[in-house]
Amino acid sequence: MSGNLELVQTLEGHEDRVWSVCWNPSGTLLASCGGDKTIRLWGKEGDKWVCKTVLEDGHQRTIRSVDWSPNGMYLASASFDATICIWDKNSGEFECNATLEGHENEVKSVAWSSSGSFIATCGRDKSVWIWEVQEDDEYECASVLHSHSQDVKRVVWHPDKEILASCSYDDTVKLYKEDDDDWSCFDTLDGHEATVWAISFNHTGDRLVSCSDDKTIRIWQSYEPGNQEGVVTNGSDPKWKSVCVLSGYHDRTIYDVHWSPVEDVIATAGGDDCLRVFQQDVTIDDKNKPSFQQVAIQREAHSQDVNGVKWHPKEPGLLASCSDDCTIKIWRLTES
Amino acid sequence: MATTLENANPTIFLQKTEREVLPDEENEDVVDKIDEREVFDLIRSINDPEHPLTLEQLNVVEQSLVEVDDANNYVKVQFTPTIPHCSMATLIGLAIRVQLLRSLPERFKVDINITPGAHASEDAVNKQLADKERVAAALENTHLLEVVNQCLTVRH
Repeated sequence: MSGNLELVQTLEGHEDRVWSVCWNPSGTLLASCGGDKTIRLWGKEGDKWVCKTVLEDGHQRTIRSVDWSPNGMYLASASFDATICIWDKNSGEFECNATLEGHENEVKSVAWSSSGSFIATCGRDKSVWIWEVQEDDEYECASVLHSHSQDVKRVVWHPDKEILASCSYDDTVKLYKEDDDDWSCFDTLDGHEATVWAISFNHTGDRLVSCSDDKTIRIWQSYEPGNQEGVVTNGSDPKWKSVCVLSGYHDRTIYDVHWSPVEDVIATAGGDDCLRVFQQDVTIDDKNKPSFQQVAIQREAHSQDVNGVKWHPKEPGLLASCSDDCTIKIWRLTES
Repeated sequence: MATTLENANPTIFLQKTEREVLPDEENEDVVDKIDEREVFDLIRSINDPEHPLTLEQLNVVEQSLVEVDDANNYVKVQFTPTIPHCSMATLIGLAIRVQLLRSLPERFKVDINITPGAHASEDAVNKQLADKERVAAALENTHLLEVVNQCLTVRH
């Protein structure tokens, strides 16, 4: 297909760069955060998106990322102030009722596992923390992982398994699983030549896409033990291999990538102010050598760097992006 | 600053004369594109963190190492630390970045690099200066911001 990204609406309100956006699981709310130390929750009134709530005073410094719990009842925020806040609506209004402390400095990313049992966080102190969600809204540190040698930029959970992925300034992606009551790294994905800024699983969880300061995106395929292709695996763990590199499309650093949870399309956002959408060429029937094509590009999507991009969790083709230009934009992918 | 200077006896270079104002620049009808000289003028008076001298006087910045493509909103600055093990290299690069961040229109994408071959940790310093998330975090550090602002305060 070849498509267009049509601007649905521009959301203004943040007073500094917007670092990240995240839809709640039902897609009725969009959370955004940024350099102004606030979180804004946007919801629909009629056919317009409006700011419903501004969450302030949770953090002392930039809020780098936010993530909703799978039941949509909690929102976690990661800040340069070295803490993670957990917000809930138990009192009727969103309030920060728990703070996770332990990171030495800037926390860059936070993610909730699909079961809701774990939260992962990572940051400039090179560590990845896994927190177990207990009853009574208590959060206990289950593991501190020091597999990366540099600043860890992003953590993302597998869509249905308790497998965690992280990516780093050390140019690698790492995968972790629980092992006898502790967590360990079972695979390191080498290939990028510069900082890996973001990663995203496809909806079935057998592929991962990563984006980097090296201006490429890579598609990684999971090979289970005993796979027909003869890819060597270690014990019961799958082995992840790079099966496709998309280079030559992006002009500057790619800051975010998201694989739609409802269809097979990938969106990227980056320092060249563009939004791009890629889709697999289905006429090539070899899962080991897939080919992906750019099916849509929106130049000057924002007037400055685009920092984040997220597909709507329910409605195919609906997309939110956020930028250094302080705005959030909602887009619709249409076929042309 | 440090009690023992890293480069105790730096070479001092001749400064450029003030830029002449050309007739077209005073003509409101002519589009005034940003050029190499203009970007150089923005960074030449930045103070060295160690010496009471400017980056121009130490030849850390030179007009010939500034690249501007106004039509494509692009600026590239290369800078040359005075010695290949200079521990101030990242700070100097950060000061140049902040100065351009504050002075250039927001449409510009700015790359700041060490002149190839001029520093032992060139790749590591370049990578750090290019990481806008780390630059943003650094600028929220009040102590560091104070040091950067000292570099950017024009001495009289």
